[in-house]
Amino acid sequence: MKVTGQTWEYENKPVIIGTGTIVGPEEGEGPLAEDFDYVYDNIRINEKTWEKAERRLLEEAARKAAENAGITEDEVQFFVGGDLMNQIISSSFAARQMGVPYLGVFGACSTSMESLAVASMIVDSGGAKYVMAGTASHNCTVEKQFRYPTEYGSQKPPYAQYTITGAGCSVVSDQGDGPSITHATIGKVMDLGIKDPFNMGSAMAPAAADTITKHFKDTGRKASDYDLIVTGDLASVGLPIAKDLLKQNNVVMDGTIFDDCGLMIYDLTKQKFVNAGGSGCGCSAVVTYGHILKRMRKGELKRVLVVATGALLSPLSYQQGETIPCIAHAVALEMGG
Amino acid sequence: MSDSNQASQSSLSQMSSDEYKAIAKKHEPSRPVIRNCIRAFLVGGLICLIGQCIQEFFMSVFDMTTKEAASPTVAVLIIISVILTCFGVYDKIAQWAGAGSAVPVTGFANSMCSAALEHRSEGLVLGVGAKMFKLAGSVIVFGTVAAFIIGIIYALLGFGGRG
Repeated sequence: MKVTGQTWEYENKPVIIGTGTIVGPEEGEGPLAEDFDYVYDNIRINEKTWEKAERRLLEEAARKAAENAGITEDEVQFFVGGDLMNQIISSSFAARQMGVPYLGVFGACSTSMESLAVASMIVDSGGAKYVMAGTASHNCTVEKQFRYPTEYGSQKPPYAQYTITGAGCSVVSDQGDGPSITHATIGKVMDLGIKDPFNMGSAMAPAAADTITKHFKDTGRKASDYDLIVTGDLASVGLPIAKDLLKQNNVVMDGTIFDDCGLMIYDLTKQKFVNAGGSGCGCSAVVTYGHILKRMRKGELKRVLVVATGALLSPLSYQQGETIPCIAHAVALEMGG
Repeated sequence: MSDSNQASQSSLSQMSSDEYKAIAKKHEPSRPVIRNCIRAFLVGGLICLIGQCIQEFFMSVFDMTTKEAASPTVAVLIIISVILTCFGVYDKIAQWAGAGSAVPVTGFANSMCSAALEHRSEGLVLGVGAKMFKLAGSVIVFGTVAAFIIGIIYALLGFGGRG
């Protein structure tokens, strides 16, 4: 593995040989519904508590990913996972069920790419043959932990984002069919003073812009080398801010499609309740593992850069008036490379 | 290319919070204050109108005085709010109505009921009992404090008391 600045270049090109994506009913009504492995028709995911529901999503996504990779869950040598719950209980409890060696990671909504970067590093360095990366989020667990009870009637501002209900897992291996992971750029924590916990897009945009800038600098690549660059999840407020920041930094974003997972998962004109768009650990995971990788396998996309962003706040920190530190990790995927 | 990137990096990390907020502000849709006020007025007024009808009902059917009818009226409004909360409707009304559904007694009932429902999973004692006042608690505390201060002002100025 070559290291340049903040970027790892995986020389052995680990491959994503299988993915599993499970989502809730609202994501099932969005434009990407067809791309997910399973859509639950109830937000309770047939469980008694929200926390159990989130865990079940992750367990089932993991099972599905192993199945699609053509291996059994026992063959997974390491599971790298995280989520938004305090003490990342969803991942740890899912790992208990899986019974495989486990590394818990936390990067808020950037966990999807953080776990994939770590899993790829393990495989690339010869540390294992099959490593699973995964994360999950549930709208109601997040509302309960970070905001208000789910049934509480408080009006959300138009720039608020909607945490998606879903889980995405991938199996990374040293060989096999599928898109390979070529680079990962590990982000720095950025904080430009946003305090409003509803205003995630504004808080996270600088982290995304910074990581994209570093990625191009470290790899010598430019935007037009990618067919698609997606952030996750800046939504309708953060994405234009990130575009502005990149322009201001003289980073040319021409010759590619620059989109956001939080905008792709919902139909913003029909699903008004999502306000600015989707968010949550699961969002960039299910959009990447479900939608983007499917398009790559079909040959519609060759090179993709996924820049997952995370807001590293806690309910305590914002109640104490602290600003919101944010991070973004970028992973470069390539088909047939 | 890499030179411009180098320059850009420092510009992003050296950007002040105020400079950034000015850029961010351009893309943040503001809350529709006038629309919210109109909706709050309509829904808040409607809830009060419903309350008035319930009160009139108690006064005419059960032959109660205005004062006697007050308590059962509030109880009925609370029950309606709790039922709407349990069916997952109240929060949807609130997204549309804003303060209109938050300020009346129904909003208070919703804050308690939603917290009780949410924390039922942590048991009756540590969940429902302890967390029910998570949101309503501060309303009670500061409502009582405000009433105390107003009461003292009233008494000191000499136009309150037992009259």
